[in-house]
Amino acid sequence: MRDTVRRLIRSPFGAAGLALFGTLLLTALFAPLIATHDPIALVPRDALQGPSSAHLFGTDDLGRDVFSRVIWGSRLAVRLGVLSVLIAASGGIVLGLLAGYYGRWVDNLISRMLEVVLAFPGILFAIAIVAILGPSLDNLIVALGLFGWPGYARLVRGSVLSAKQREYVEAARAMGATGARIMTRHLLPNVVAPVIILSATRFGGALLAGSGLSFIGLGVPIPQPEWGAIMATGREYLDAAWWVFAFPGGIIFFAVLGVNLLGDGLRDVLDPRLRV
Amino acid sequence: MLAIPVLLGVSVGVFLMIAFIPGDPATALAGDTASPDAVARIRVELGLDQPLPVQYLRFLERLAHGSLGTSIRTHRDVTVEILDRLPYTLELALVAVLFSTTLGVSLGVIAAVNRGRAADLVTMGIAMVGLSVPTFFLALIGIVVFSLKLHWLPVTGAATIASVILPAVSLSLHSAAVKARITRSSMLEILGQDYLRTARAKGLREEAVIWRHALRNALIPVSTIVGLQFGSLLGGAFIIETIFGWPGVGLLAVQAIFNRDFPVIQGTVLLVAVAYLVTNLVVDLLYAWLDPRIRYA
Repeated sequence: MRDTVRRLIRSPFGAAGLALFGTLLLTALFAPLIATHDPIALVPRDALQGPSSAHLFGTDDLGRDVFSRVIWGSRLAVRLGVLSVLIAASGGIVLGLLAGYYGRWVDNLISRMLEVVLAFPGILFAIAIVAILGPSLDNLIVALGLFGWPGYARLVRGSVLSAKQREYVEAARAMGATGARIMTRHLLPNVVAPVIILSATRFGGALLAGSGLSFIGLGVPIPQPEWGAIMATGREYLDAAWWVFAFPGGIIFFAVLGVNLLGDGLRDVLDPRLRV
Repeated sequence: MLAIPVLLGVSVGVFLMIAFIPGDPATALAGDTASPDAVARIRVELGLDQPLPVQYLRFLERLAHGSLGTSIRTHRDVTVEILDRLPYTLELALVAVLFSTTLGVSLGVIAAVNRGRAADLVTMGIAMVGLSVPTFFLALIGIVVFSLKLHWLPVTGAATIASVILPAVSLSLHSAAVKARITRSSMLEILGQDYLRTARAKGLREEAVIWRHALRNALIPVSTIVGLQFGSLLGGAFIIETIFGWPGVGLLAVQAIFNRDFPVIQGTVLLVAVAYLVTNLVVDLLYAWLDPRIRYA
């Protein structure tokens, strides 16, 4: 683990990714200390002011401080990314282990389910869920998490299929280990590295999909300081008040760039064979 | 013929959308302003008083007759509504696929041929930016720069031929970035193969080796991605069409969601899923044609 981090820091892009991702986490953690204003409070007389020392990123049409909204928005972004990845990864790992280890009808059933979910473009799935249950952060998390599992399941299944023929698995089975023990102790460790790499990409994907949906009103509803929702409030003033959409847009870019660089860096360090 | 069980699965998913609507589906389907009589009529008409499996079979039966129901909002046939909008989305998707494939493959080849040099770093840097920038942010920047400041391109709608440029370009940069990365790694693998050494040894010009011999083989993994990405392009079209007021299926779907026009939502979701399946089927066939070693029994 320590060795992984050391090698990651030594590569310039991996280090940049780690720094950007670290900044995102720290911002989310210390949001109340960093923000200069109340992110929700309406101050109509301060509406649509450009960036200044009083309002670093300017204000939106209702006089809310864009900088403070962006800072608080990092909490929503981290929550969206972490929870949707956790749902997708845990579901996908369990199903992938079961399909790979037990084979036969279990594998058949899970693989068919996987194909059905993959037949829906991910964002469409999220849109469908939001269409039924209404726009909210939790619904978005569930939607992005539910469509994400097939990627993990496929990855884990493939790895289990090749690992379960190995001697050490045979040995464990010969010693009377149960299926659950073989899966968790002997097969699971093989997939940790690729699962982490996939999760970095998925975290970025969740941020892009989530902010995009919020931007068109199908994600986190507007009074909340979600980055895409903040940009939506600037949609009517693209020319006159560019700062309302440009700052949150830039921040989303850097957050996603961070996890993408981190994912690439981890892939190079953990598993050079996976070079894409 | 995996497509059939998957299609059935998709139809179950789309059918269940209605069952999961919080509250009474008949009221939701009739619309907020409908009279109790109209609600009761819809309940009987769609068999919403029947058990779910029966409802599903009736839903399938209607589908088999090509009926997706009637829009709550416009009272028009959903199939007709969608067919009206489909050409716009196909135009957008087609231009985006062509643009992103041309751009992505070119960048990928440039990077691979110049491996480790400045050109590699620059093209892969561009790809990393394309991979990380939100599509809708790119679209907004495009609108501000090319429409509002320079007045080169129209802001919204689909009135002129130039209207497609901004939506298609913003839609395609993300997938261009993915294709550039895949083309690069696939080219790098192939550049080390023996048959390329042979091609060079027999005196072929370097351009011919790269573009004719190497690229053709490198495109095989890229072609799979083109199919898979068609789905995310269609999904991305929901957001891009909304921003640009592009009158395609995506805009229709988003408006339907705001109007809680469930038959239209179901229809568009079904259409996109089917389009996605068909594209990937076509890509599978294309795959076998590009690489004769692959044969489907």
